Amino acid sequence: MSATTAQGRPGRTLPLTDGSLPRRLVRGAVTPGGAVFILAAILFVAVLSANPSFGEPPQLIRFIGRTAPIAIAAMGQYYVIVSGEFDLSMGAVIATQVVIAGNYIGDDEGRVLPALVLMLVIGALVGLVNGLGTTLLRVPSFIVTLGTMLALGGLVRFLTGGAATGNPVDSFREIGRGGIQDVPVVEVLPYPVIVLVLVMVGGVWLMRSPFGRTIIATGDNPDAAALAGAHVWWVKTRAFMLSSLSATVAGILLVGYAGVHPSVGAGYEFQAITAVVLGGVVLGGGRGWILSAAAGAFALELLFSFLNFQEIESTWRPTVQGVIIILAVAAAGRAWSLGRRPSKSSPPAPPAASAPSPTTARPGTETGEI
Amino acid sequence: MRRRIHRAPMAVASALLLGVFATSCSTEDPTDSTSGTDESSESSESPDASEESPADDQEWFDQAVYDEQFEQRSATFEGDPETPWLQYIDGEMTDTAEYASDQAGKACFANASISNPWRQTGWITMNQQLEALVDKGVISEMETRDAGDDDNTQIADIDYFISEGNCDAFIISPNSTAAMTDAVERACETGKPVVVFDRGVETDCATTFIHPIGGFAWGIDTAEFLIDNLEEGDKVVALRILPGVDVLEQRWAAAEKLFDENGIEAVDFFTGADPTEIKTFITDELNKGEVHGVWMDAGDGAVAAIEAFEDFGADLPVMTGEDEMSFLRKWEDTGLTGLAPVYSNFQWRTPLLALEKIWAGEEVPKEWVLPQVPITEDERGDFLEANDGMPDGHYAKFGGEDLPGYPEVWQERQIP
Repeated sequence: MSATTAQGRPGRTLPLTDGSLPRRLVRGAVTPGGAVFILAAILFVAVLSANPSFGEPPQLIRFIGRTAPIAIAAMGQYYVIVSGEFDLSMGAVIATQVVIAGNYIGDDEGRVLPALVLMLVIGALVGLVNGLGTTLLRVPSFIVTLGTMLALGGLVRFLTGGAATGNPVDSFREIGRGGIQDVPVVEVLPYPVIVLVLVMVGGVWLMRSPFGRTIIATGDNPDAAALAGAHVWWVKTRAFMLSSLSATVAGILLVGYAGVHPSVGAGYEFQAITAVVLGGVVLGGGRGWILSAAAGAFALELLFSFLNFQEIESTWRPTVQGVIIILAVAAAGRAWSLGRRPSKSSPPAPPAASAPSPTTARPGTETGEI
Repeated sequence: MRRRIHRAPMAVASALLLGVFATSCSTEDPTDSTSGTDESSESSESPDASEESPADDQEWFDQAVYDEQFEQRSATFEGDPETPWLQYIDGEMTDTAEYASDQAGKACFANASISNPWRQTGWITMNQQLEALVDKGVISEMETRDAGDDDNTQIADIDYFISEGNCDAFIISPNSTAAMTDAVERACETGKPVVVFDRGVETDCATTFIHPIGGFAWGIDTAEFLIDNLEEGDKVVALRILPGVDVLEQRWAAAEKLFDENGIEAVDFFTGADPTEIKTFITDELNKGEVHGVWMDAGDGAVAAIEAFEDFGADLPVMTGEDEMSFLRKWEDTGLTGLAPVYSNFQWRTPLLALEKIWAGEEVPKEWVLPQVPITEDERGDFLEANDGMPDGHYAKFGGEDLPGYPEVWQERQIP
């Protein structure tokens, strides 16, 4: 697949930065990052046909609100993955933040702001540890973040003994649970939706900034990025900090939405990674659009809702989810390579040039063609 | 060449995709047809419940145990109702004259885990009971090993106690039924008293097996409450923690059977007690149509379930939770129609008190069945008052009011 993108312009991997908006939309729709929007649309239609009332604006906006935490987490994971690393500590960061909110704030209204600051500082710190462990100590990020995941998991167990402690004051929970009332059409505009939009806008802006370009360059080829003058260790460390901070924001929303429980956030790292991959972001780094990661999260949640509406038997559900996710990722990739297949045979040289890229994870599609 | 390479996996993928949807849609048919033949003894299957697999029922549903627990709910308990943790149903007794001793003994406790609020509350109560008995000169010390929900760890813990623990008695709260059987038998072979409580094992070698009536009784109490308060054809969402734990599966097996028989449409979900999941499932169900009842196999997460209705703006359901304070408080705040089934938390005191009896040479029930009485709306106020100041994860029927450290130890909830 990279073979075909690369034709003629091996360096161009970011369609979003080129051309007018309509052109970009059309061009984007046939990339894996664009296919996820089509996938989400298909799933949306499927959910609608299973349950028409899902499409009413108030229900829809609530759905977006409840998907906000996972979408934000997916966008956080995106920074790390696009820089060529993994962050497995996300779920543990969320759980830690949730427990801190419950234990530290409790019933004390005055501690809401200090708690928010504390949680953000802790989030940044975890990201810093992950980043420095990966870059300076040269421990693979898979291991570093697994380590922080375990360490934080232990901390949560220590703080709670593994069980719920009690919810923080309602004013804090409003961030994740409340919304602006009496909005036309949608009745209520949940705060998580607003937070999600802000994070999206911030993310798009960030990825268009020099930092964003550097992060993609670093993920694509860290050596080249270093030779070009980028401080690879600091770029990656910041990616990890963004990821942990996103997890923190997701945690704050989840405390409001769900309440305090050590199991909140469990599995979020894998949901986020799945969402990112569904969004067509290449594992190994260097390719992908941040909003596709968010769209991947929406596709995932739509899938879960679809299964709920279909009343798949509860014991079967995880299996069905797993199989569909694999097939969805496979289908998205296939659909894209179909759409991008050149009408005439492409010169063999560009595929060879991009063969070492991580997309060689599809044996038979590239090496066999050369 | 290239096209062929691309197309073959495409075809496979799409075939698989179709296959998945086909199987997921058709699961109802085969199970239905088998249920018709296998369950001829059951009353006619409700067609509404076709998405549940009766095959799962049969695995956990045991008519004899169900009937026994059904009866035990209204049985007479021996002993003082003021101290329910010492009450039992009349039955076979174990003679303990051989264990009689006038010295304080060392108890060794192999605990499955303290990973949920119910176990934590019980664990606190147990430690306060221990303090009382140490002061009394009955127990010299208790060594505890926590298996962290792991069968292998608990087997190793028990074997450690047998070989090196220098124990005068064993207390075992098994992590799982089948896996722990051999280890419990090895403990029995030491010739020292063995007290098993909460979940059971597949051997009756223990001196006494202490437990509340059981999961079927829970399922019967809760399902009957929902059936009484709902109309035929109403929809109930069943929130279950996880599959495969006998105590929990029996609760659901009994409830599902009663829902089926009474035309209540029940959909079950596994939530892992994760409030996020609970909210998502309920919101989706509300999106689909009205939900009239919520059934839980454990109260952890009950508040999230109620909040899902509040946030959606839907009418609150008829609901069964548990005697956890968070549910009792939310129940009172919202005024919904509810019931708090109880899996008697005070049973955590009983093993140590059983040791006191055993070492005194007094006989103890072979199977020590403790009372298990749900909290109704009428009693709710009393329990809320009695447990004022207790944290949300506390259980109303913890039964430690007469122990040292009451109420601070439970209020602070310092896990020992």
